[in-house]
Amino acid sequence: MTTTYEHHEYDVLIIGAGGAGLRAAIEAKQRGLKVGIITKSLLGKAHTVMAEGGMAAAMGNVYPEDNWQVHFRDTMRGGKYLNNYRMAELHAKEAPERVLELEQWGALFDRTKDGKILQRDFGGHRYARLAHVGDRTGLELIRTLQQKVVSMGTDVFMECKVLKLVHDEAGKVAGCVAYWRASGEFVTFSAKAVIIATGGAGKSWKFTSNSWEGTGDGHAMALWAGAKLIDMECIQFHPTGMVWPLSVRGLLVTEGVRGDGGVLRNSEGERFMFNYVADMFRAETAESEEEADKWYDDHDAGRRPPELLPRDEVARAINAEVKAGRGSPHGGVYLDIATRRSAEFIRRRLPSMYHQFMELAGVDITRDPMEIGPTCHYIMGGVQVDAETAHTAVPGLFAAGEAAGGMHGANRLGGNSLSDLIVFGKRAGAGAAEYIEAGNSAGALNMSEIEAAIKEALDPFERETGENPYDIQRDLQEMMQANVGIIRTQSELDEAITKLDEFTERVQNIKVKGGRAYNPGWNLATDLPAMITVSKCVALGASLRKESRGGHTREDFPKADENFGKFNLAHTSEGGNWDSPIKTAESPLLPVPAELKALLEEAK
Amino acid sequence: MSDVLTEIQPGVEAVASTVTLRVWRGDSNGGDFESYTLEQNEGEVVLDVIHRIQATEAPDLACRWNCKAGKCGSCAVEINGKPRLMCMTLVEDMPEGPITVTPMKTFPIIRDLVTDVSFNYAQAEKVPALLPPEMPADGYRMYQEDVERGQEFRKCIECFMCQDVCHVIRDHEDNKQHYAGPRFFIRYAELEMHPLDQNDRRDLVREEMGLGYCNITKCCTEVCPEHIKITDNAIIPLKERVVDAHYDPVAWLGRKIRRKTKVSSADAAVQPLP
Repeated sequence: MTTTYEHHEYDVLIIGAGGAGLRAAIEAKQRGLKVGIITKSLLGKAHTVMAEGGMAAAMGNVYPEDNWQVHFRDTMRGGKYLNNYRMAELHAKEAPERVLELEQWGALFDRTKDGKILQRDFGGHRYARLAHVGDRTGLELIRTLQQKVVSMGTDVFMECKVLKLVHDEAGKVAGCVAYWRASGEFVTFSAKAVIIATGGAGKSWKFTSNSWEGTGDGHAMALWAGAKLIDMECIQFHPTGMVWPLSVRGLLVTEGVRGDGGVLRNSEGERFMFNYVADMFRAETAESEEEADKWYDDHDAGRRPPELLPRDEVARAINAEVKAGRGSPHGGVYLDIATRRSAEFIRRRLPSMYHQFMELAGVDITRDPMEIGPTCHYIMGGVQVDAETAHTAVPGLFAAGEAAGGMHGANRLGGNSLSDLIVFGKRAGAGAAEYIEAGNSAGALNMSEIEAAIKEALDPFERETGENPYDIQRDLQEMMQANVGIIRTQSELDEAITKLDEFTERVQNIKVKGGRAYNPGWNLATDLPAMITVSKCVALGASLRKESRGGHTREDFPKADENFGKFNLAHTSEGGNWDSPIKTAESPLLPVPAELKALLEEAK
Repeated sequence: MSDVLTEIQPGVEAVASTVTLRVWRGDSNGGDFESYTLEQNEGEVVLDVIHRIQATEAPDLACRWNCKAGKCGSCAVEINGKPRLMCMTLVEDMPEGPITVTPMKTFPIIRDLVTDVSFNYAQAEKVPALLPPEMPADGYRMYQEDVERGQEFRKCIECFMCQDVCHVIRDHEDNKQHYAGPRFFIRYAELEMHPLDQNDRRDLVREEMGLGYCNITKCCTEVCPEHIKITDNAIIPLKERVVDAHYDPVAWLGRKIRRKTKVSSADAAVQPLP
């Protein structure tokens, strides 16, 4: 028996409506293609909206000596050289143009005195480089792109959840199967090219800055469809998440606080970051508070404050201070801007941080320090893509933004994410367009794949008894936080891998209450296969990478190992179902050409 | 567990009291209130309590949320009859007694606390886009004081609570046909005050977007979670500009002379080419 479903056809189908998806849509649309965008939420609510500090682009508006070469070097150093160098290069070269373009579409950035886009300091960037709007830059980015997309008349399928990518007979990606959250009815899409722009996967950890959407759907779907996932063990724990009250634990506190002069102190009032400067960064980091404090006004007068080391370094340092018993009452440390900048400055530069602490924690950040600690924030790992075109290993499948891997290596610098979205969003749109212009298309959707995905989605209604999906999600988050958190060790990772198999079985025994129309319990049940698939890749990668590098820290292998710096760990699915075994292999890094290598050598 | 931050949870004690939520449950065919009584935890917002209800008693309780930080505007509902973001409403700040949570009244019900807000997306499609001059190679020059007015309006997180509370559409469903609402008046004001814009939307705003229906009761300003002065800084200046453009021959002449680059209002309805 065949059922017919609501069906739509596009040239380019984009899954995800954050910065990368919207920028890809604009590009494909400008090339005259028929574009559809699918989003799990309403338009304009994607995770991009939460980005605060800014987008990195070497425009040189504040420090004219800044250029793409320095940005490239900073990105590679921040990524501990695990990056796809070509992505880092293209990103550094193209980000300024992508930022300027936003102003043609209505963005209003903060300005320098001579009317250019103002740029602020952030961790790991040698010069003040982040174009920003106060501390709500992500909102400005998504609204600008959203308004552009809407003005171009693009079809947007809101509150529509994609279950699985669907192939044609030849094995090309030909579309996907999804359901409307409002009605629970299924819908299918055909397209000549599909772009994954689904963002991250941080919802699998207990303390996270990620919303309910960050379940790694795109990562998992691409893996199931035949693509490779790389660097999945590299998870960014942002050093400054709120820790109190518990209800806001994990909520992001922008790095802009530190860029604008905020410092970290332990319970003894000590600026402890001076004790945690790794050799790699010693030459460029201040040795005393006096030297560091001069730097804010004039980068030639002193070296950088250690609070502005890359995020992985700062998160580990905070973790160590708390472990040593020098933490704050609620298990974090103090982030102090109150004693360092005027109340007026703080309210003007950091308005949403001011409100966030005032309204949710009852703390006036112009008078008192903030209590903060690391929070799961970003996944460096993602779908392996070709740097120029964003094409994956699967014909017709492209990926961009957080869902794609390679750009950030083992650790992402703050501010490099928003610029990543617009640089590689555009490239993915162009890549898909060129693929189609070259005469590629896809055949009819494989109906048996569609039927299988729908059956799997509906099974939780059929069971007589079974588990509440929320219980599984909670246990998964606690296990990943405990076993695959900031600091990892072999025995805990082995345990995680075993437990993830148990979680797989539990998901196969979910019972959903209620109907299909706007049912969050059911929606979660359909997210869990992706969450578990991604968690497995993270745990497998973490177990096999027996060294510490960027967003992957091993207690039992505390140093970086040169041999592990030569490859990414790449995962593939053996079978394409969500519970199929995952195979992990080494994927050699692209060799860096001599002229770019020279830039990195210079810096060492 | 080597990750110490997961181990330390001092001071986490349930306050020795309970919280009761009366939540409207139902769909377009009707519904009723259901009460949920839970332990109250220190520092919780209404959305936390809703999440705990979903995780236990009612996994099918429908609500929208995303950022849980007041930045995305997804979780707008009416709490004790007033539009609020669930993620920014502390339980301990609410008056004694049960807290009533209902969906936004102005929009059709989908299920429980989720409403059909497509009216707002339809309005967004009608806004003629920014029409800037060609960009110089090294970017536009704009000054902080010139962008600040627009920046205030661009703080909007599209929670649509201003639309929900606005009497023009809250009490008169028919007006949705010819009324854009406060969220879009700030959008029009933002474009009108944008340093680069050459489009002219004043006739459109007056004739098709129903600016005249607004009788400046400031209900929208009162509920704005971003504290945007919607009435004072957007609607009133917009009304002045529209009236000037329409009735004041001096302003009309001034406009003709001054705005050589502005296209006609007829063209304003046409989107610039991508």
